[in-house]
Amino acid sequence: MGAALEIRNLHVTVEDKPILRGVNLTVKQGEVHALMGPNGSGKSTLANVLLGNPAYQVTAGQIIFDGQDLMELEADERSRAGLFLAFQYPVSIPGVTLANFLRLAINARMKAADPTSKGISVSDFRKLMRAKMDSLNMDHSFAGRYLNEGFSGGEKKRAEILQMAVLNPKITILDETDSGLDIDALRVVSEGVANLRGPDLGVLVITHYQRILNYIKPDYVHIMYQGRIVESGGADMALRLEETGYDWVREKFGEEQA
Amino acid sequence: MTVAVRRRSATPEAPIYTPADIEALSAANHEPEWLRESRHVAWELYEMLPMPGRTDEEWRRTDYRSIRWDEAPIVTGSNVSLDVVPRETLEPLIGDQQAGTLVFVDGQVVHYEVTDTLRQQGVVFTDLVTACRDYPELVRARLMTQAVKPSDGKFAALHAALWTHGVFLYVPRGKMVELPLHVVMYHTQPGATLGHVLVSLDEASSATILVDYLSAAGDAQSTYIGATELLVGDGANLRYVGLQDWNRATYEFSHQRARVAKDATLDWVIGTMGGKLVKSFIEVELDGFAAQGRVSGMFFADGVQMFDHDTQQNHNAPMTKSDLLFKGAAKDEARSLWQGMIKSQPKMQKIDGFQASRNLLLSPDARMDAIPGLEIEADDVRCTHAATFGTLEEAPVFYLMSRGIPRPQAELMVTEGFFEELLERIPFERVQDRLRAALEAKIVGANSLK
Repeated sequence: MGAALEIRNLHVTVEDKPILRGVNLTVKQGEVHALMGPNGSGKSTLANVLLGNPAYQVTAGQIIFDGQDLMELEADERSRAGLFLAFQYPVSIPGVTLANFLRLAINARMKAADPTSKGISVSDFRKLMRAKMDSLNMDHSFAGRYLNEGFSGGEKKRAEILQMAVLNPKITILDETDSGLDIDALRVVSEGVANLRGPDLGVLVITHYQRILNYIKPDYVHIMYQGRIVESGGADMALRLEETGYDWVREKFGEEQA
Repeated sequence: MTVAVRRRSATPEAPIYTPADIEALSAANHEPEWLRESRHVAWELYEMLPMPGRTDEEWRRTDYRSIRWDEAPIVTGSNVSLDVVPRETLEPLIGDQQAGTLVFVDGQVVHYEVTDTLRQQGVVFTDLVTACRDYPELVRARLMTQAVKPSDGKFAALHAALWTHGVFLYVPRGKMVELPLHVVMYHTQPGATLGHVLVSLDEASSATILVDYLSAAGDAQSTYIGATELLVGDGANLRYVGLQDWNRATYEFSHQRARVAKDATLDWVIGTMGGKLVKSFIEVELDGFAAQGRVSGMFFADGVQMFDHDTQQNHNAPMTKSDLLFKGAAKDEARSLWQGMIKSQPKMQKIDGFQASRNLLLSPDARMDAIPGLEIEADDVRCTHAATFGTLEEAPVFYLMSRGIPRPQAELMVTEGFFEELLERIPFERVQDRLRAALEAKIVGANSLK
């Protein structure tokens, strides 16, 4: 039995403004879901809420992951439970190297599982990093650079996927990972994700455009509009959106804002 | 109320030393006559100068009147031993060797070591008392005559009259001291010490030196009245690191000044972690054509600590370049103040001066002030300054947490990351690690507010 991320009737406000208004969605390990929708429909809010960003307030609903109520867990506990978010805008953190940070992230997992754990050995970690960096065509010097500091848009997204590959989550959320990437960077990043695809990984791809879905073929496509999922279907729905845009969604579900 | 008033009136408002203290020091050190005389001349100046107070611009924001001058007798180290000095402080700076080590406990030399290479190069690295006796021709022209002068202020004059111990480094022309030199000034006794550092690099020479200032934990008041003099000759290259971690009952008043000659380079790192109240004047005089000076300061104030760094970058020659960065944090009820000034003489063209103060405020009850300043009397110059203030940002903390790192560790990483840029300017990895540990203790530790 694989783990599942179940979102039930989720309502979220930001500074008292309702953004999510009853989201229902279940993503299981082994499945790939695409969440599409026009700007401002609440996609990134959903991504941040799933990881427990304290800037967002959940006013109603539930998030269940692998049988646990996520609302009771802090962001770090959610991560250690097997949830990953590739950020749309990864922040830069001066003074913290990518390698040091990832080693501590791995050690935090090992120590949570076994308080007597000494963490990963330096040589094992180095091997792991090298293998994962090679698979993403990343220069090894990245490991010694400060997190996202001075990284190009493509480098930041690649670094996100590297972290995902190293941390080996059960369910991963890609928040507009394709935004701001040229076609080559998009291919490298998408193939990186596609390579990790398998029965043990569930993926929620949040995107505005269909093009990333050429590399990461979704099993299901959902359309979010005004804080709700208004349509769900198969991979062909993404292609239809690519042709027709979101106008029909607006027509069908109305322009009014709550 | 009455008790407080009575107590105040019983506390002297100025040091209560006398010329007899000079005589005692001079006799105990078997000092040459010229030195004894120079101490008395400085004493006369000291007597004439008023105690600095809140009407002096440089002292306006730093109230040191809580000091009890009747509890500041000059420490006369007795029964001193290297054994009391923390082991990690004595580890070699790089690999397993260094060019020289000089360790003081309560102002007395407890350990002294130099390599044969250093001796063969003609380098003098010894304690200042010995240097005054054995190398008067080198010391006399340099000791408080070029960089820090008795006339710089009340505490400078007091220091010149009563300095208790110190280090002297002299590197002759063209000699490169490849391995670092290490000085430790460790204090176990309450009372006052007046330590001196005098470094002089002749033309085209180079050296790297670390001075550690430390004291044993204690509640009894200590006072340190210091002076640092760095003379960097034509084309010479000095890397100087001074790290202070006094106990929480220590008041420090220091004058530190470097003079950098033609084509010379100074790389100066300052770390302030300890003490109750620290007032330090840090000045770089770029005297020669194309002289360069970089000053990197880091501090972390917690509890009720007060750190006051007063920096000056003086461009006294054309084509000079200065670059100053102070980065600090304050938590609990601590206070910090940085006042910086870039000055240029008229007609000193093509100078490049930069100063930046970056402040991380970790508690609503802490207070940090930064006052940059420029006084430029030339027109073909580039002088810039910047001061920023911020609190611990949630976005990077959330980012780290979203990868499984618990909040306390995530906050620690972001805070340590703030200092990393400065730690990397310290050319000794072991010292970097020691400072990281000290920072970590401050960040996570609940230092008492006493």
